[in-house]
Amino acid sequence: MKLKNRHLLGLEGVSKEDIGLILDTGQSFKEVLERPIKKVPPLQGKTIVNLFFESSTRTRISFELAERRLSADVVSFATAGSSVSKGETLKDTARNIEAMKIDMVVIRHSSPGAAHFLSRVVEANVINAGDGAHEHPTQALLDMMTLKAKYGSLEGVRVCIVGDILHSRVARSNIYGLITMGAKVSVCGPATLIPRGIEKLGVQVSHSLEDVIPHVDVLNVLRIQVERQQSGFFPSLREYHRYFGVTKEKVSKAAKPITIMHPGPINRDVELSADLADSEHSVILEQVTNGVAVRMAVLYLLGAA
Amino acid sequence: MLNMILKSGRLIDPLSGKDETVDILIRNGRIEKMGKSVKHDSTFEAINLTGKIVTPGLIDMHVHLREPGFEHKETIETGCLAAAHGGFTAVCCMPNTNPTIDDESVARYVHEKGKQVCEGIVDVYPIASATKGRKGVELSPMAELAKAGAVGFSDDGSPIMSAEIMRRALEYSSMYGVPVIQHAEDVTMTQGGSMNEGLQATRLGMPGIPPVAEELMVARDIILLRYAPEAKYHVAHVSARGTLEWIRNAKREGLSITCEVTPHHFTLTDEAVSGFDTNTKMNPPLRTKNDIMAIKEAFKDGTIDVIATDHAPHTIDEKEVEFLQAPFGIVGLETAIGLSVTELIETKVLSWMQLVEKFCTNPRRILSLPQIKVEEGEPANLTFLDPTVEWKVDIHSFHSKSKNSPFDGRILRGRALGVVNKGRRLFFPS
Repeated sequence: MKLKNRHLLGLEGVSKEDIGLILDTGQSFKEVLERPIKKVPPLQGKTIVNLFFESSTRTRISFELAERRLSADVVSFATAGSSVSKGETLKDTARNIEAMKIDMVVIRHSSPGAAHFLSRVVEANVINAGDGAHEHPTQALLDMMTLKAKYGSLEGVRVCIVGDILHSRVARSNIYGLITMGAKVSVCGPATLIPRGIEKLGVQVSHSLEDVIPHVDVLNVLRIQVERQQSGFFPSLREYHRYFGVTKEKVSKAAKPITIMHPGPINRDVELSADLADSEHSVILEQVTNGVAVRMAVLYLLGAA
Repeated sequence: MLNMILKSGRLIDPLSGKDETVDILIRNGRIEKMGKSVKHDSTFEAINLTGKIVTPGLIDMHVHLREPGFEHKETIETGCLAAAHGGFTAVCCMPNTNPTIDDESVARYVHEKGKQVCEGIVDVYPIASATKGRKGVELSPMAELAKAGAVGFSDDGSPIMSAEIMRRALEYSSMYGVPVIQHAEDVTMTQGGSMNEGLQATRLGMPGIPPVAEELMVARDIILLRYAPEAKYHVAHVSARGTLEWIRNAKREGLSITCEVTPHHFTLTDEAVSGFDTNTKMNPPLRTKNDIMAIKEAFKDGTIDVIATDHAPHTIDEKEVEFLQAPFGIVGLETAIGLSVTELIETKVLSWMQLVEKFCTNPRRILSLPQIKVEEGEPANLTFLDPTVEWKVDIHSFHSKSKNSPFDGRILRGRALGVVNKGRRLFFPS
């Protein structure tokens, strides 16, 4: 089985079949991860470069583990800020690395479209590990894998993404992927953090968690960046927590237990209360485990010749 | 000297109102005779213009020639060559050079350099900055600049944010009848913005430039213009529906307000940004279908006075970077006619006469430049167009030093064939 595209730049436009294939493959790799020896050989002899132009701990570690467990040779490169600020263009950086004969590139970058750009200038397979506020497809894939394990199918599952939708690549990739897979998606956050026209992507918009909670199965809670308060998007963390923070008290109003997700890292007791993050309805650590498995799936499907 | 006979071209001349087929005999660069079947001897080169259009020389009142300071992008020479090949015999160049055109010597340099390059076939009229260094703090020496050849004042690219400075710029420039040209953008709303705010920016996760940022600035300026009604105010590259509404109403009110629109803003929408091609990044950004509809309505009712390109050359290396890092702007001189004919003439939004007004008589009126007379005894300053030819845009054939165009490979109808000005001619193979 093969994916239609030789890069994974985003989930917008990716077919149900391809997403299904990635999730199923991810499930198989998850079983591999349960074994005492977690290493398999499909990417033996392949070289993968992780280009992280933006700081990241878990995504980078997750990709590195996935790559090593598939027996690839791995080089990681991390630098904060844009390549331009270092005096070398992204194109030059990429071409130089490619000249060292690599097979795949995983890129994290602050500019939307950076992965698309890279896919145009290098021959290697490109995997987007987050490009600005655009997409973070492997995060959405691991979210979907987690939900699929829980609900059996994504069809009809009601997911509400809560928080700063405007600046969130996790939100966008989840919206594209979940809608393709037949889930019902809504977003909830302050009006200043809901981007214009988002309802045209097929999601319901709400500004009240209380209104949303009785009608959803899952809350995917986004991290709120403290800097957004300084840029005038909301008045204070306290007010944000009171009205958009997901707490035990608020979710107790639901008829049946709500599954709690978070892409991490969590600001405890800001967007998500600590007790809820650690509760039995939280699948946050499962998300992390699935992250490695689903990244193995993506790498395998794109890279195994 | 230039001796030629232009046979059977369709002359479209808004100044005289003529739309008729004529022969034009040019001797020593002057129009000697016009009429049906003009006699000539064999020393005159005959050019058959049957089915082609002759207009007074066209002008692009909004280009960036990049000289002095950014000659790696464009020079006055390459810019003029591109202009001539696009069908223009005059351009107005914006002051965001280094040094800024905020001083007599720079204005004079640019104006004079225009006479030296390309045998002077393209007249170069500098637009000087309205404030020193385009910083929006102190007025430029407008009287001196006007004397040195500046035909407009603009801090182009850096909107005049201070209402007080804008008011003073309007008042001061009104003494010389020179318009203040505003790049209308309330920059407090557009920090970091890279494309139109709306569904497409939401899809792509791109920081947005809301259309109201443009509208707000024009609305404010209209209020200031009421307070300084002697001034002339021109809005550069209008992109948004709401802005056109403000301008339409201000015109009805009798204010001295005019505006221009670029070919890319009436051709492309923000959907073109989808592939993250940095040649779709410009400021103001590409808007929506709804805005294009508003632009076409505003062409029809005369709200829009001018088509100007905002020709903004950048090198491939400057543009081949991440979208957020890429500079704004595209080249436009060599595609303006093709896009205008394809999008406005073929779709019957404008008549040919109206199109020539927007490329010639209107900008000259706004800038108080002498009108070009297509009459016997007058110097020949003419543009020749093929109104029906289909051609494919090829950025590699551009004469501009830069190739940053989103229209590469696009099929257009209508193209410039040549120009005559200052006793020089330039005809290009079609």
